[in-house]
Parts: sequence; structure tokens; C-alpha cells
Amino acid sequence: MSESLLDTQIPSNTTKGLEVQEQIIALMEKHEYSMRDVFAMRLSLEEAITNAIKHGNQDDESKLVTIHARIGEHGLHIEVTDEGEGFDPDEVPDPTSGDFIHRASGRGLMLMRAYLDNVCFIEGGRKIVMERTRNSELPIVEDDDE
Amino acid sequence: MSDQRLDIEEIGSVTVARFLDKKILDEANIATIGKEMIGLVEDDGRTQVILDFSLVEYLSSAALGQLITMDKRVKAAGGTCILCNIQKDILDVFKITQLHKVLTLATDLDDALGRF
Repeated sequence: MSESLLDTQIPSNTTKGLEVQEQIIALMEKHEYSMRDVFAMRLSLEEAITNAIKHGNQDDESKLVTIHARIGEHGLHIEVTDEGEGFDPDEVPDPTSGDFIHRASGRGLMLMRAYLDNVCFIEGGRKIVMERTRNSELPIVEDDDE
Repeated sequence: MSDQRLDIEEIGSVTVARFLDKKILDEANIATIGKEMIGLVEDDGRTQVILDFSLVEYLSSAALGQLITMDKRVKAAGGTCILCNIQKDILDVFKITQLHKVLTLATDLDDALGRF
């Protein structure tokens, strides 16, 4: 099966964001990706699109979020771009450290890094590039004493 | 159709709140779930609470935030909040974010009830 492409722009609205997520998930199912891959990408798409809408575009519906998705036999490549001021991902605190673990938000970036084979920010943080290979072993979760 | 996102059951002095959504994703739903959970503590005075995830297949990090807030409110009221029946994929999310060390998790409902 040849790769599937999805290119779209949405206003800064999380309901519209969910619709795009579902379109990409439907393409993954068409390409017979595993439930594990679908879980990983649903989580990553949710975090990336929500971040673009809320933190990037500040919920301003006049600003757009642009999504390019390429779903192939061997993996996915997805780009999400907002029209905000950008940010430095290195300045995002570790959500597991100190008091941050008790905060209600701030875990999206950590989760994306755990579930994706490649995640990087370009264009001053306004664009996130996400890649996951089919049947990736990620996330690596340590079983500890709980 | 009811807008209720939680099914509530009383077992002795313990309140079991079962999430009815398979996917806890939508921002409005998450806000409603948050209000219903907090209402158990602040409106109804219930402080021994089990949150049952048996139907839940997916949740976003925004939903994690609501769970942290709920846990804080229950603890502030002197009570205990236990999460149970968490599917493996979701349990992985708790472990990656280290929230399994902050929140109290039980394997199933019997395990959770046994901790009160």
C-alpha cells in the first residue's frame, strides 16, 4: 500500500484538533498499525496539537495550526506548526522533579519523548516534528518497586 | 442521554466512581469529569474514594491533571483516593510520568477495597 498523506489547517480549537487526530488514527488503522502504535500516536498527537492551540496560539481562533502527516509502511512522520511566539523546549522543567510532580500540567513533552522515536522542535519552537517507526519498542517502561 | 461521566456506587463507607468514557480526551469531557470528581468530596463529603478505570482505554495528560487535583482534594479532606483496574497502556503513562509514586494505585476493585 502506498503511503497516505494528510495536509490540513485548523483554527485554534481543540474539537477541531480531535477531528484531525481521528483522521490520522483512521489512516493508521487503514495501514494496519498495531494498537500499541495507535496508542502512542494518539497520545503524541493530542499533546502536540493541544500545545499548539493552547500554548502556541493562546487559544486565539484567528490563528491556525498546520498539520502535515505522512503514514507509510514503515512509520509515521508528522509535523504540527502553530503561529505563536515559539518556545525553548530545554527550558521546560522536568515534570517528575521536586514540586513539579504535584502539578496538574506540564507532562506532554515528556510523554512525547517517551513514545516517539524522534521528536524535535524547529522554527523557534513553533513547529514540532514527530516520527515513530512501525512496531517501535517505545516506550521503555521500567518495572520498579512501585 | 445523560451527561454523567461517572457511575457512582457505594460499597459500605467507600464510594466507587467508575469512568464511563473509553477515551478521556475531549477538553469539555475532562472538565466535566473533574467537576464530578471534586463534587464527590466537596459537595457530598465523600472522602473514601475509589476511581475505577476498567472501561478506560485512553486518557490524555490533561486528564492526569484532573486526577492529581482530585487526589489533593481528597487528601486535604483527610481521606484516601485509590485508582484501580488500570489497563497496561495507561499504567505505562503513570509510570513514565512517575505519578504511580504520587497517586495510590491498586490492581482491581477488591485490592482497592482492601486498602481502606
